[in-house]
Amino acid sequence: MIRLSSNDTVDVTAAEATDDTDGDAANESATDEVREAILSELEDEFGEAVVGAHIAAGVDITVRVTSEAWATTAEFLKDEMGFEYFNFLSAIDWLPSPFGRDMDSQVDLALDPAAEPAEPEAMEQGLAGGDTRFQVLARVNDVAGHRAITLKVDVDDSAMSMPSWVPVYAGANWHERETWEMFGIEFVGHPGLRHIYLPGAFEGNPLRKDYPLLARRVKPWPGIVDVELMPTEETDETDA
Amino acid sequence: MSTAQVFAELAYWQQTGIRLGAGLAAVLAVAGALVYLHLFKAVSFMQSRLGPMEAGPYGSLQLLAEIGKHLQKEDIFPRKADKFVFGAAPFVVLASTFLLVVVVPAGPDAWFVNSELGIYLGLAVSSVSVLGILMAGWGSSNKYSLLGGLRATGQLIAYELPLILAVVGVVIQAGTMNMADIVYAQANGEIFGLGVVGNPYILTQGVAFIIFLIAMQAELAQAPFDMPVAESELVTGYMTEYSGMRFLLFFIGEFATAGVFAAVASVLFLGGWYIPGIDPGADIMNLLGPLVMLVKIVGLTFLVFWTRFTMPRFREDQLQRLAWKFLIPIALANIVVTGILKVTF
Amino acid sequence: MTAVSSRQQLNYIAAQAADARVNLEIETEGMTLNIGPQHPATHGTLRIVAKLDGEQVIAADPVMGYMHRGYEKLSEVRTYPQVTTLINRIDWLGSFANEVPFILAAEQLMEVEAPPRAQWIRTVLFEMSRIANIVLFLGDMAVQVGAVTPVFFAFRDREHILNQIEAATGGRFHPNFDRIGGLKDDLPKGWIVETKQAMKKMRSFCNEIEELVMGNEIFQARTRGIGVVPADIGLSYGLSGANIRGSGVDWDVRRDGTTGAGGLVHNELDWRVWTHPDGDSFSRFWVRLQEVRESTKMVDQILDGLPSGPIMAKVPRIIKVPAGEAYVETENPLGVMGYYVVSKGGLAPFRVKIRSASFNNMSITPWLLTGVYVPDIITILGSLYFILGDIDR
Repeated sequence: MIRLSSNDTVDVTAAEATDDTDGDAANESATDEVREAILSELEDEFGEAVVGAHIAAGVDITVRVTSEAWATTAEFLKDEMGFEYFNFLSAIDWLPSPFGRDMDSQVDLALDPAAEPAEPEAMEQGLAGGDTRFQVLARVNDVAGHRAITLKVDVDDSAMSMPSWVPVYAGANWHERETWEMFGIEFVGHPGLRHIYLPGAFEGNPLRKDYPLLARRVKPWPGIVDVELMPTEETDETDA
Repeated sequence: MSTAQVFAELAYWQQTGIRLGAGLAAVLAVAGALVYLHLFKAVSFMQSRLGPMEAGPYGSLQLLAEIGKHLQKEDIFPRKADKFVFGAAPFVVLASTFLLVVVVPAGPDAWFVNSELGIYLGLAVSSVSVLGILMAGWGSSNKYSLLGGLRATGQLIAYELPLILAVVGVVIQAGTMNMADIVYAQANGEIFGLGVVGNPYILTQGVAFIIFLIAMQAELAQAPFDMPVAESELVTGYMTEYSGMRFLLFFIGEFATAGVFAAVASVLFLGGWYIPGIDPGADIMNLLGPLVMLVKIVGLTFLVFWTRFTMPRFREDQLQRLAWKFLIPIALANIVVTGILKVTF
Repeated sequence: MTAVSSRQQLNYIAAQAADARVNLEIETEGMTLNIGPQHPATHGTLRIVAKLDGEQVIAADPVMGYMHRGYEKLSEVRTYPQVTTLINRIDWLGSFANEVPFILAAEQLMEVEAPPRAQWIRTVLFEMSRIANIVLFLGDMAVQVGAVTPVFFAFRDREHILNQIEAATGGRFHPNFDRIGGLKDDLPKGWIVETKQAMKKMRSFCNEIEELVMGNEIFQARTRGIGVVPADIGLSYGLSGANIRGSGVDWDVRRDGTTGAGGLVHNELDWRVWTHPDGDSFSRFWVRLQEVRESTKMVDQILDGLPSGPIMAKVPRIIKVPAGEAYVETENPLGVMGYYVVSKGGLAPFRVKIRSASFNNMSITPWLLTGVYVPDIITILGSLYFILGDIDR
């Protein structure tokens, strides 16, 4: 009645043989080769369109492409390179918080009041570089080959739109809706770009750095217990 | 002087009063006992919990507390509901239960109506509950209720047939539709020349009995046939919008109907009030008969609720398939075989 | 790619034919049914707007956000240790498992590695939260199909696990026990023996469920061939965990990790990844049941091989994470859960992208629910197994 061994055909030993124990010092060079191969294959295909790449040896690979190549990269990864698994898609707002340190942790101030910068620090993009305030990032996996790649793309500040991945990876649908809602990045070709979490009449893009976290502005977060003054200690601050 | 003679000398209004009181007791007391024994206790033990323990000894008064709670609650009518239909539906359902109990005899003289058409009448009035459920589903102006009501209708109609066909076998064997006569036929019957225990029809009509139990489960809308109320899909189906007293009526109706159907089944298949060795027409049976019936009702309803809390539920189409492709052909075959044997012997 | 069985192909073709049929017959006036946000089958406040033709679903659209708590934004104003308190509430049935990938990502950025004993205890708690989570699924799935009793057994037997988690961490539901560089505490005395007994009880629970639920013909009739997810569709929607293994894809991050997660010790244990070729609701249930069994085995092995030593690496008292980006994912009870952590070198993360399993798992529902009947909505949702905190974050 119940087939208890329905997957007897799965060859466990074979699967374990291909198992790469990432982060293992012994295998580091081997996995590195895998990631170098991914990068070179992408560079062969897209050439100039690959504008940045970063390989953390034995850990991860991040590749930045131009926005023109964003959709074709997805197609190539899925159809030619076996990255069939859609992991996630999101965005990063690289703008340093315009609210100074109060969008960062209050603890910072408590520990080091001098740390508050006079003016916002310069915008600085992360791995694989970047030129714009917003970057869309997505991750796809090659399930059979146990490989994964993080892709990044710059979003032009004036256009704020990207080609949609939905025709390639159906699962990008909700992720693009979320990214549109949270960052205001439009996805051209998306079948129904509408709010996913927030109410339909919501205004603003909450995950942008210039969107104030009101609860935090009206009432500072207490921070780490250690640095809080004991009740007996005098403070000149009025309690919120 | 037998009980019947005493009773016959009473005035008509007195007779009617006694019948009404007994009818209410037969439905409500039995329903209360079933709720406590099965829903509160037996099922709790199956689910490794204790059930109600606070109200009365071992929580035996819990039901009264529940009734008090429901009576105090607001009787909510949805704004868009069809007020009359919505309000009347629980009464229609409960009325069908009360009408059904009318035909069930609990002793040689302990009956409400001793009709020659007994079981025929019973099966006819039991279908009235479909009307009430459909009224509730439609009147609530709620989509879940509507789906639940429609599912209930489809299901109850589908299972009415095997129910009736199962009974036909018994009627053929007993040669009568009078419920009391069916009991006498079982008491005086013989099986293979042995008359020690009479011939409860569960022995010769075992197939019909099983079909009857399955169809009864479906008629009662208990799992695995509880699509009309399927709480994980339709919230509670046609009962979704009901609150307070009207919900209580549905709740009582559910258990009272279970009790009454079990009573019908015990009359048809388990020999009714008859105890082997005692003349079924003896006067003492007017006293013992209801107790015997109660034991049989409790036993049969235990099966119902045991199944209910064990089985997952069918999907609507699977349920229809079971009725039309499986139960009805078997019931028909049972009738044919019964008829042939009846003629042969 | 994994071989696709002929049965699976047939189911896929049948599903597509049903799609086409529904599209042709759309002229009949349908009814829109709002399932939720307050509904017994939605594990919280999910709402599914289903367009019905009779009882057949023409189109289904999940509407969520009723529980959106904005953890990604809130994480930006909290220190790293404070973030674990938040993310505990994502998948609230397997809370400890939520903490692990975030802590691992932070450890990766700080280039800290937890001592071996901490890694082993981490793994044992990780697997125990999987058991606590999936045991409830096993009971709950039966409720969705209409059998009321198994969920009581599930709650009863989950207590054994929760008690052990509480004994070790102090928290039944939200342990908040994982620390960057190790764990808050060592295991209490006598814990190993008691946990082994709890594992025995879990195995007998699995046997009980197997007989009571999985062996039931009605359960099989309700789940077999229902909600078939072909492997390629499942991959493109990013399904993970038992949902994708139920479609025959042999992929488990515990074994096939790609993000250099060194903080768990699954590779040193003897266990196997179960897959089922059918891709239907039944296979997802079946895979999860086997996973609980594997987890109990893993817990036993870990308890036997627990190394001694410290449980905390040397980390500064106030944690500042160097600038950088890290993505770490682990195989959580609901599926793959990952955190993309961007640090600018401060006390708080600059950006945390939470890749939660249920969000991806549920994104297939508009495709999967088209053409099914209302009762199947419930079994399909039940078998996909989502937790609302994991969708809404």
